[in-house]
Amino acid sequence: MNVPSTILTLLMGIGLTLISLWAGQNYHLLLPVSATDVSSEVDRLFGAMLTIAAGLFVLVQGALIYAIVRFRQKPGDDTDGPPIRGNIPLEILWTAIPAIICLAIAVFSFDIYNSMGGLDPMASGAGSGMAHHHHGKNLAIAAPLDGSDNGALPAATQVALGLGAAPESQGKPPDLEVNVQGLQYAWIFNYPSLNGTVAGELHVPVGKDVQLNIAAMDVLHAFWIPQFRIKQDAIPGQPTQLRFRATKAGNYPIVCAELCGSFHGAMRTTILVQTPEEYDQWVASVMPAPESGETAANPAPALVATATRDLTDTEYLQSYSDRLGIEAQAIAQLTTPAAAQP
Amino acid sequence: MASADLTHPNAIEPDEPQPWQRFFSFSVDHKVIGIQYLVTSFFFFLIGGALATAVRVELATPEVDFVSRELYNQLFTIHATVMIFLWIVPAGAGFGNYLIPLLIGAKDMAFPKLNAIAFWMIPPAGLLLISSFFVPNGAAASGWTSYPPLSLVNGQWGELIWILSVLLLGTSSILGGINFVTTILKMRIPGMTINDMPLFCWAMLAASILILLSTPVLAGALVLLCFDLMAGTTFFNPTGGGDPIVYQHMFWFYSHPAVYIMILPLFGAISEILPVHSRKPIFGYKAIAYSSIAISLLGLVVWAHHMFTSGTPAWLRMFFMIATMIIAVPTGIKVFGWLATIWGGKLRLNSAMLFAMGFVSMFVVGGLSGVMIASVPFDIHVHDTYFIVAHLHYVLFGGSVFGLYAALYHWFPKMIGRMLNEPWGKVHFVLTFVGFNLCFLPMHYLGLMGMPRRVAEYDPQFATINNLCSIGSYILAFSTIPFLINAVYSWVAGAKAPANPWNALTLEWTVASPPPEHNFVGQPVLKTGPYDYGVAKQGAVRKPISQLKASDILSGSTR
Ligand code: HEM
Ligand SMILES: [Cu+2]
Ligand SMILES: [Cu+2]
Repeated sequence: MNVPSTILTLLMGIGLTLISLWAGQNYHLLLPVSATDVSSEVDRLFGAMLTIAAGLFVLVQGALIYAIVRFRQKPGDDTDGPPIRGNIPLEILWTAIPAIICLAIAVFSFDIYNSMGGLDPMASGAGSGMAHHHHGKNLAIAAPLDGSDNGALPAATQVALGLGAAPESQGKPPDLEVNVQGLQYAWIFNYPSLNGTVAGELHVPVGKDVQLNIAAMDVLHAFWIPQFRIKQDAIPGQPTQLRFRATKAGNYPIVCAELCGSFHGAMRTTILVQTPEEYDQWVASVMPAPESGETAANPAPALVATATRDLTDTEYLQSYSDRLGIEAQAIAQLTTPAAAQP
Repeated sequence: MASADLTHPNAIEPDEPQPWQRFFSFSVDHKVIGIQYLVTSFFFFLIGGALATAVRVELATPEVDFVSRELYNQLFTIHATVMIFLWIVPAGAGFGNYLIPLLIGAKDMAFPKLNAIAFWMIPPAGLLLISSFFVPNGAAASGWTSYPPLSLVNGQWGELIWILSVLLLGTSSILGGINFVTTILKMRIPGMTINDMPLFCWAMLAASILILLSTPVLAGALVLLCFDLMAGTTFFNPTGGGDPIVYQHMFWFYSHPAVYIMILPLFGAISEILPVHSRKPIFGYKAIAYSSIAISLLGLVVWAHHMFTSGTPAWLRMFFMIATMIIAVPTGIKVFGWLATIWGGKLRLNSAMLFAMGFVSMFVVGGLSGVMIASVPFDIHVHDTYFIVAHLHYVLFGGSVFGLYAALYHWFPKMIGRMLNEPWGKVHFVLTFVGFNLCFLPMHYLGLMGMPRRVAEYDPQFATINNLCSIGSYILAFSTIPFLINAVYSWVAGAKAPANPWNALTLEWTVASPPPEHNFVGQPVLKTGPYDYGVAKQGAVRKPISQLKASDILSGSTR
């Protein structure tokens, strides 16, 4: 059979495009449920990159397989191949194409990062002067590791880096703020707007703009919700933040993604994205009496005291203390790294 | 056909076989040192592999059942440290030592004694590191990244030994780098300009520049970490106002370049192996040569792509995203150049060639996932997950290790003077290729779906796929057996290798296998360029690559 090589090339090009489009269309099979307004944007970005990657993958592997079949040395032939040393137009072409692809991916990524709130001056490190005011009340969570308040922490003048408000809600306060503390090996959630209610699971109302002020009590942790496609390290001595709007009610895992010690793999909890009614019900069931309001002002030192007063949280911490083999109360001492040593 | 001229003065009778004891001596012969590096690092590869197998046995089930959680963290920490600092980095240096003087027609490295000193730092450092499993609280357990504050609160002795061992290995690597740069720049035979030297030399030059510019920063970070650990200073410890993020910057200022220190020598080796077994000149010599340098310089300004979810401001995240994506361009130039070298050739599909083509095939997968994770919004999702584990193994195992195997099959006859067995080599390749992909391909999916890395226990929904990965790892562990048998048997009793079994054109093939003590008798003569396949005729006067014009390149003429 003698098909002209231009037609063959054309057919192969079409085949390649179809395969890569097919792969790129099915990206969602490789990802968990998408549960916020921007998580599907990230997925689109992944889909685009997967399309390009699939095309290049098939091109390279196809060329290798074709070469093995077509160009293998014939028995008895020990002559050399053609002495081709290069082809400058071709080399320019394969320098330019990856450059253009990368530029396109970079522009697309920049755009998505902006819609995730990554460029919010409050969270991006671009406007530290103003951020001081905005985050003033979160600074307590970046408590010194020894539990004393020496006020000299650099945190007092730092921006909480991470993902801030999406462009449409920039400058507006979030609907709900939750202070998140990572400690070996649990996440503790403190709701300043609910009189300092403390919980071991994160409850948020669906559709609301939620800001998490993240701190670490001992070592590095990372707060990750795979279904939201967002992750941010919790850093001792430096506040960080995440902001999101969950659009799909349901329970999703919160996973610690930064190695934090031997029980790192067990440092997981749940985020409950609830309908307004469910959420109000939960609020009613946990809202402490007003006299404990002072914990809200300075939640960090009072952390475990509050937690142990609350029944469900005691149970929550108990499950960790069982595995750790220490009293629930002793988790209070876990706020210094030294105490965490076996 | 092209073949080196064996009647030519470089070719002399092999010496009497030299006693094996010299491999255990403070020899200053670069060939002995090269083999010392390779054998030592392969020994540590086997240890690192045993640790990896233990990790995979633990991960075959979602529960913690095979080792304790504490031991698990030690296992993956020492596994990674061994693989990086005791296998891939020194193995690359081993080939550099063995090949560079031969490739450029020199009698030895520029500083032979320094060379021996650099090698002899490795065995004690390695044994020290392994011994740390037996100190109180066990070995270091904070990952090969050793981020404070965690590295300051895990077992103190294990961490101290880890720091000392990595400092020793880093010093050894710096000494090697000085030697490579000097040798490549100063000791080429007359007539070999920098644009005529084999591409392996370019790659080692690029890697050595990175070693010299970045390793001192790692040393600085580790010394400060050591003060924090032992003396209670607080450079990185936030309890005293220190900043753990500064450590991350210093660590990655070395460790991103380190990934290129680990891959560039193998880029170089592949650029030698593919032309020989395709019987074609390398395609785009200058593009491949200069892209090594471009990668090494760009590689110095991308480190914070490892810190996209850490304390990194937005503008830095965007800067490092773009810088990282730019690196894909010189990397792509190499890959396309290799494909074009193979294209239209007369491929000898022996073990060396299979591993070299396997290298291209697998490295590309890691390169493609590399560009994906350079994208900040996507990396925020997959950072510190099994997706990263997959990426780094496609570049480090699919890239560096496949490249090292290709180089071992290619140069074993030269180094040892005996041929490796081909059928065993092919069995080795098939087992490695299948085991590797079974083990690491599914990990992309695990990471995307929500499995973090460095965990001893995980969500049971991931059990089946993890089991598959573990089976792949057992095949991979098993795959070293045919290689070991082959290497040991062939070393002792393999068929004698001629001076030039592959009909290759670089200078090392003009001398006997193994080469005599000072490599060349008298001044070696360049009769062909390193890649003059299809054009070099005996006695023809060659035109150096540096004097070729674009039109010569297009027409394939070198005269
Ligand atoms: C096209 C070229 C490459 C690009 C764009 C790239 C990009 C990246 C990025 C962005 C990360 C950080 C991901 C994260 O932690 O979230 C990463 C991780 C990593 N890469 Fe690459 N990479 C490339 C090639 C390589 C090569 C050649 C090697 C080694 C031979 C390598 C080894 C690694 C390793 C070891 C890690 C993980 C480090 C750790 O966290 O322990 N990469 N790569
Ligand atoms: Cu953790
Ligand atoms: Cu990197």
